[in-house]
Amino acid sequence: MTAMDLVELSRLQFGLTAMYHFLFVPLTLGLSVLLAIMEAVWVMTGRPIWRDMVKFWGVLFGINFAMGVATGITMEFQFGTNWAYYAHYVGDIFGAPLAIEGLMAFFLEATFVGLFFFGWDRLGRVQHLIVTCLLALGTNLSALWILIANGWMQHPVGARFNLDTMRMEVTDFAAVIFNPVAQSKFVHTVSAGYVTGAVFVLAISAWYLLNGRHRALALRSMTVAASFGLASALSVVVLGDESGYTAGENQKMKIAAIEAMWQTEPAPASFTLFGMPDQAARRTRYEIRIPWVLGLIATRSADGIVTGIDDLVARAEDRIRSGMIGYGALEALHKTPDAPAQRQLFEAHVDDLGYALLLKRYTAQPAQATDREIKAAALDTVPAVLPLFWSFRVMVLLGFFFIALFASAFALAATDRLDRYRPFLRICLLALPAPWIAAELGWYVAEAGRQPWTIDGVLPTFLSVSSVSATNVWLSLGGFVLLYTALAVVDLMLMVRAVRLGPSAEEERTPALHPLPEPTAAE
Amino acid sequence: MLDYETLRLLWWGILGVLLIGIAVMDGFDMGTAILLPFVGRSDIERRVVINTVGPVWEGNQVWLILGGGAIFAAWPPLYAVAFSGFYLAMLLLLASLILRPVGFKFRSKIQDPRWRAFWDWSLFAGGLVPALVFGVAFGNVLEGVPFRFDDSLRMTYEGTLWQLFNPFALLAGLISVTMITMHGAAWLGCKTEGEVQARAQGVGIVAALALILLFALGGVWASGLDGLRIVAGAGPDGPSNPLRKTVEHVPGILMRNYAVEPGTLLAPGLTIAAAFGAAILTLVGRAPRLAFVASGLAVAGVIATAGLSLFPFLLPSSIDPASSLTVWDASSSRATLGIMMVATLLLLPIVLGYTAWVYRVLRGPVTPQAIQRDPHSYY
Repeated sequence: MTAMDLVELSRLQFGLTAMYHFLFVPLTLGLSVLLAIMEAVWVMTGRPIWRDMVKFWGVLFGINFAMGVATGITMEFQFGTNWAYYAHYVGDIFGAPLAIEGLMAFFLEATFVGLFFFGWDRLGRVQHLIVTCLLALGTNLSALWILIANGWMQHPVGARFNLDTMRMEVTDFAAVIFNPVAQSKFVHTVSAGYVTGAVFVLAISAWYLLNGRHRALALRSMTVAASFGLASALSVVVLGDESGYTAGENQKMKIAAIEAMWQTEPAPASFTLFGMPDQAARRTRYEIRIPWVLGLIATRSADGIVTGIDDLVARAEDRIRSGMIGYGALEALHKTPDAPAQRQLFEAHVDDLGYALLLKRYTAQPAQATDREIKAAALDTVPAVLPLFWSFRVMVLLGFFFIALFASAFALAATDRLDRYRPFLRICLLALPAPWIAAELGWYVAEAGRQPWTIDGVLPTFLSVSSVSATNVWLSLGGFVLLYTALAVVDLMLMVRAVRLGPSAEEERTPALHPLPEPTAAE
Repeated sequence: MLDYETLRLLWWGILGVLLIGIAVMDGFDMGTAILLPFVGRSDIERRVVINTVGPVWEGNQVWLILGGGAIFAAWPPLYAVAFSGFYLAMLLLLASLILRPVGFKFRSKIQDPRWRAFWDWSLFAGGLVPALVFGVAFGNVLEGVPFRFDDSLRMTYEGTLWQLFNPFALLAGLISVTMITMHGAAWLGCKTEGEVQARAQGVGIVAALALILLFALGGVWASGLDGLRIVAGAGPDGPSNPLRKTVEHVPGILMRNYAVEPGTLLAPGLTIAAAFGAAILTLVGRAPRLAFVASGLAVAGVIATAGLSLFPFLLPSSIDPASSLTVWDASSSRATLGIMMVATLLLLPIVLGYTAWVYRVLRGPVTPQAIQRDPHSYY
């Protein structure tokens, strides 16, 4: 049995470092593509303003990219340092996409990011454009493989438990790659990154226009951001996460929790627009419901059933009882490996083995669990409903806000009126933090909604941790908080400084000669 | 399709190639960072040193990330035991690796000398700490690590952070730091001119000769250390379950592979010959690139020596020999090893191809004049 404070600390550390890492990832995804678009225009038109744009946004991209790289290493390390049993239990499947990410994507982006900054004088225009495109391709492929790994945690396909090695092993690697959950998550996440990049460019350009600076660059940047952002915002919402809705038992639990749908309703189910879910009473207070809508969205049909939480808990209980039989057979097989009857029994119940592991929170012998322990474990399969319910709604609301924002910007850009309405420019500037809020809430919904599992239906979170002392995790958590806070301050300071200096900084500042002169063009 | 035994053996080889890749590729920029405060005495000299690795260190670091990912994919128990067992050491390593990317990027953004000095020392730590921790970790692996598995293959580790820094492991750490410093100096010998180059090459010669001495001392010490021997097991194509074997503890046999298979002596031989070659080539001058190649070969020799001494063990346990991880019982399934083999054979040549192209584009030394001409394009 593992101490729960170790589990909670490990979760807190992973959650914090992942959320922090994801402050930088979406901007890298979006800006890399925007840089490629701007540079393509430079190559095609030969107008220097476009090259200046690439260089200016490139400076901001570089600061952000460094933070993304620095905080990304943490994520890879933690699977081993803090989630060692997870690494043993599913490394056979989960490790592969991470390794392929390194080979296919990370090498690409990391090798070419250097040339992007240092290659302007050494490469021809087309060559440099190719470098920028490969950099953007690398960042996007990186997201693909990470989301294949993450998609497998949400919907573990193509793998089976092996009783000789006591872990999950690959049976069908193609199923892991073409996992529908992974594919929809990839499209959704990458589009969200594009939205982030577009809002970033839009907001900073709007600030320049409000201050009457760098008008030519700001207008062009806004136009690119508006069209790219509109397409991306539509794709985030339309392609969204829906295809993940139908896959997997726990995805159903996640949907039910997001919608605070306690009881199964006759099809098509109604959608709760507003309410205060009360997990203890298993009902939602003050709710405002719109008939039919949820059934139509979630099942894309008028007669599809959206299963409620209570029914899903009952199903989980059945699976726990089935898993207990499998667990008992597994124990018997460890004592006497040549027992055909036990092996048959094990094979029949192996798919529910993970549900029996949920009992390890209450008893060391899951095969002999009492009814009370079974009921408690079944209830554990419900994630915390209230924060999921509200996080999801705020995220979706922001999604529609982005569509409206980019549609307006696009209309203004098309009619050459981008700098005419100051209130609109102020809205653009104020929208700056919005995509980060939406992205962080999105991750919260995806990963908190997966609880109590690390691998849906296969491995509970509380069993996944390393056997390290809680003291060590306190130490590392404290270290991360200190280091990451300091880096956040420095990063923000450098970003603001670079924005204030603006695109013409390169020409305004005199070359630094030795010994160092005082900064000339300070803000 | 290859059989399980062959795949495991090949993946043991790839593990070696990846570790050598990390030490050779990421090693030269870590070595450069270690030398930074010493061979660069003014701001412009330090910028020259930093910019020799500025455009390439990021790609090099992927060797480290890929190394971690490949161990996760191909040797999951090794990944789980090494990372969680060496918990605080790994986090120390991580902290230094976090400071590196931001150090490179942030340093040149502000001209204040204190700001720059701070990041210079951060970069120095970002080179020194990984080199030291990797070496210390290797030393501990050779000695055996205090861990055991229970029936569900959950690992518990029974050591402390301070036990990692025992005398033999510290010697291994020193070997690693010396080796990385030598390699960084050889890189600066190729990519700089004038005084910076002369200083780096001076350090390089000393480091190469010191490496030979320390490496020989380490070999003599290691040959007295205890080793493990597999008495019975599931065989080279058995399931990856470490607990299904019987292992005995034998005093003083850690280096027996070299007696059984004299061909393996090529690895330590290569280390000494190549390090000596690097020193001579640097001393004679005129062939800094050859000296860099020699230095890289010496680095490869050190890692191969450690790997060959342990074979077939990957990570011996000092408290429960049966829990030790070996090439035959700590791998992924045959399917995963096969898929990852195909992925590696397809993708690694492409990576090597474009990496070579990037180095070609960036060839030639970094000069103070180039940085002063275009100060904002450089770090």
